[in-house]
Order: sequence, then structure tokens, then C-alpha cells
Amino acid sequence: MKPYEELLSRTVSSLEPSGIRKFFDILDEMDDVISLTVGQPDFITPWHIRMAGIESLESGRTYYTSNLGLMPLRESISRYLARRFSLKYDPKTEITVTVGGSEAIDAAIRAVCNPGDEVIIPVPCFVCYEPLVRVAGGVPVLLETTAEDNFKLSPKRLRELITPRTKLLILPFPNNPTGAVLDRYDLQKIADVLADTDVLVLSDEIYAELTYGERHVSIASIPGMRERTILASGFSKAYAMTGWRLGYVCAPAEISREIFKIHQYAIMCAPTTSQYAAIEALEAGDPDIDMMREEYDRRRRYITEGLRACGLDCATPDGAFYVWCHVGMFGMDSEEFCRRLLYEHGVAIVPGTAFGKCGEGYARISYAYSVAHIKKALERIGKFVAEL
Amino acid sequence: MNEILRLIESDARLTSDEIAVMLGKEKGDVAKMIEKCEADGVILGYRAVVDWDKTDREYVTAFIEIKITPRRDRGFDALAERIYKYPEVKSLYLMSGGYDLACIIEGRTMKEVAYFVAQKLAPMEDIVSTATHFVLRKYKYDGVVFGAVEEDTRGHDFI
Repeated sequence: MKPYEELLSRTVSSLEPSGIRKFFDILDEMDDVISLTVGQPDFITPWHIRMAGIESLESGRTYYTSNLGLMPLRESISRYLARRFSLKYDPKTEITVTVGGSEAIDAAIRAVCNPGDEVIIPVPCFVCYEPLVRVAGGVPVLLETTAEDNFKLSPKRLRELITPRTKLLILPFPNNPTGAVLDRYDLQKIADVLADTDVLVLSDEIYAELTYGERHVSIASIPGMRERTILASGFSKAYAMTGWRLGYVCAPAEISREIFKIHQYAIMCAPTTSQYAAIEALEAGDPDIDMMREEYDRRRRYITEGLRACGLDCATPDGAFYVWCHVGMFGMDSEEFCRRLLYEHGVAIVPGTAFGKCGEGYARISYAYSVAHIKKALERIGKFVAEL
Repeated sequence: MNEILRLIESDARLTSDEIAVMLGKEKGDVAKMIEKCEADGVILGYRAVVDWDKTDREYVTAFIEIKITPRRDRGFDALAERIYKYPEVKSLYLMSGGYDLACIIEGRTMKEVAYFVAQKLAPMEDIVSTATHFVLRKYKYDGVVFGAVEEDTRGHDFI
């Protein structure tokens, strides 16, 4: 047999494994580390939602569901999107229930990309888009968001990057890691740039319920944008349901049909137990969303003020549950800063470079932790910064 | 103001400065509001939630249903006051339904509680009957689950 490197997919071989693995392997071996790295809620899924999953198992609902997902769930998703974001999607032809928002993103990219198609990705961003675009045969085109623009997507930069080969714009707002959000006015300006083009939009709205000023606006609700928008979202962040692996993707029927084919062949259907739990979440979980958002909001203010008091420079994030903190003023790069903070003071945060080269000079600090935990971490960060 | 109270109720050790930061309010304003709540008796105290079962202290808790004869000349309040002035009484509620007062008593032994009910409570004028239920185990009290310490089982994967 030939050596493996000659046998395996060249595209996949060329991908970097996610993140800075070694850094996090160290974490597991260290004692007394206070971590602010995690990208998922610290809340446990609300009990009534867990109960719905348990009851579905007790009733023996252990079969595949319809490939698209349970019809009552798709109807609930449709009503939820109308209720919370004024969106209208037909549960019969425009909604596919997926294995988390991640599958929704993957299937959407694969459904639209032809080899060589350009996909514009705002960076810094969640780590999955670029590799998935490459696997789909697309060409990632990175659009840097900057502190001057509050890490919003600049319509001017967008216009400059669009070429005849541009197929798709990925729009991940509220943003992980920067916490930036786009309001109606920002979205309208993006819509104006896209209006005369054939560029589609993949709007990753997994953090839609976690905005702390105005409520989230979906680009699909901007006039003229619905027809070109694929909306990916899920239950993980809004309802603290990360482990249930459940999401959905909504798009006009013509696009949904293609996404559905990939989902049907690759996945069959999303987990049945999770689907029953998700119906309960959508039908009775609005108060849970509000309770968790209020808690994140308090922590957000607390941690931002605390980091500033330590002498660090960070904007107050408008969405998600991360602070994108400037750490580049101490004469060392982000990884060095994070490594020293971890080794010398036992606090783990994520170097900004994990989210793209342009994350240099920053670190992502998660506040999906209790105030008491954050308080301890801030004390240590304060000591570290004071020594620098 | 209710927001401030909810926060202090969930963690009484938060300082007024911390609460102000979390709620995006002026530090001085929050401190003043808390002082006013204390002065007005809206905030009656600050205390720890203790799981005594994890200590060597011996104690028993009883839940007592009390039926009383309503009197034209005095309401429930006067009788309630005569009951709650005993330090053994941890809580007292006026109830709707099958009985009138729900009383929670704590004592060192069952005998001590039984003595209190038989000697102090039952003979009181206007009390028609009592039914004493001993607590076998406290699972949850005032929103706090007893026994278990929740652990963060999330991995360090940052995506």
C-alpha cells in the first residue's frame, strides 16, 4: 500500500486541525486552573425541556423521524421565527431540522458551492467556515473586521471583495468571538451592496437570542434579502442545549430542496429524542431564554468592567457571551500572553489567533461562567497584568 | 429595584458596587437604594444557606398543621403572633384549604418537638387541633438543592 499521505484526500490533508490543540491539552493536566475558554452555556438545559426528552423515550419514540424533521417541530420553528424575528418560513418546504447549527452550515455551503466559487468570510470568526468551504471546493475570501468598525462587517470592504466568482457571503452575527452585532441599519447597507449581485447569504444566527441592546434582526427580514438568504440556527445557545445536537436551516424551497438532499443522504434525520425536547423548548421556553440572557447580561457588564479595572482594553460586547479583549500592548503576541497567564496565574483564555490570523493582539474571554468564577479569574488576571 | 432585590436574594455577599456594575446603574444610587430597603424593612437580613446534615449537629424539623376556631373579636394575626414568638418556630404561614396555619418547628430531638406541641401549642386557646409531620430529609430549600455539589463537566474545547 502507498503511504497514507498519497491515499487520503488532499483537500482534507491540507486543513489545519481546529484550534491550538496543545494549549488545551495542557489545561486538562493542570490543577487549579480557572478557565474562561468554554464556548457553551454553563446552564443545564431547563428541566421541562429535559423532561420532554425523557418522556419521549418512555413512550418509545426511538425511531427515525421524517428526514426533514418532525412536522410538529418544523411548525414550532416556523411559529418561533415569526414570533421572535418576524420571519416567514413554510414548515413543509423551507425548513430542515439538522444535527446542530454546524450541520446546517456545512450542508448549506455544500448545497451552493461549485468548484472555484468564492465565499466571503468575515474574520475573526468561528473556526468552521473556512475548512468547510474548502471541503466543498470553494475558495475562502477573508474580510477582516476591525476595532474601528466595532468588528461590524464593512459594506465598503464587502463591495471591494465581490467578484464575478463570488457565490456566498457568510454572515455570522451576533459574532463569536468578537460579540459584534449588526442592527437593521447595518444590514440595510449590506443589502444595498448585495442588491445588484447574485451573491447568496448564509446567515449564522445561532446567537440570535443573546443580544443585550436591541433585539436581533435577521437579514432575511430586510426587504429583498429573503430570496437569497439561507438562515442557519439552532437550540444550543438559546436554550442551553449544546449536547442535544439540534439545529435547523431555513431557505427558499428551491435552495432547501438541495440542502435537504445532502442532509437526507449524510444524516437521515436529526436525533429523535432531541427533536421532541426541542418542541417543548420552542413552545414553552421563552421565559428560559429571557432568564439566561439577563444573567449573561449582568456577567457581561461585570467582566468588562473587571477587565478594564485590570488595565486591559475591551469593548462591551453587544451579543453572544464573549469579550474580545485587546492584549497586544505588552510586547508579546496573543499566544504568549495566554500561555503566561495560564502557567503563571492559572487562568485559561483563548488566544485571538485561534479565530484567524487577524485575531493577533486579542484574546477571547468567555463569560459563560458564574459571577463567583469570573471574580476569581479577574483577581488573577489583575495580578498578572500588574506584573507586566 | 426588584432587579436589585432579586440579585441580593440570590447572593447576599454581592457588594452594592458589584450590583451596580452588573445592572449598569450608578454605584451611589444602588447603595442608597439598598440602605433604604434595609431601613424600610424590605430587606430583613442577610444569611448563609447551611446544610446542617453535613455537620455533626443533631436536630429535627417538624411541619405542623394547625386548625383554629375563628373568633369574631380577634383575627388570625393575634393568635399567629402568640405562636411565632416562640423561638422554636422557624416559619409560620396562614393557609387556605384544609387547615389554617402551617408551622415549621425545629428542635434538638423528636421528644423536644413533641413536648413543644403538646405543652405549648395544643393547649392554646382557639387551637382546635394539630397534626405533626416530621421531616425525614431536606431535598431543596429556598431554591437551593441540598446534598449535591454541581460540577462543571464542560470540556475545554473552545469552539
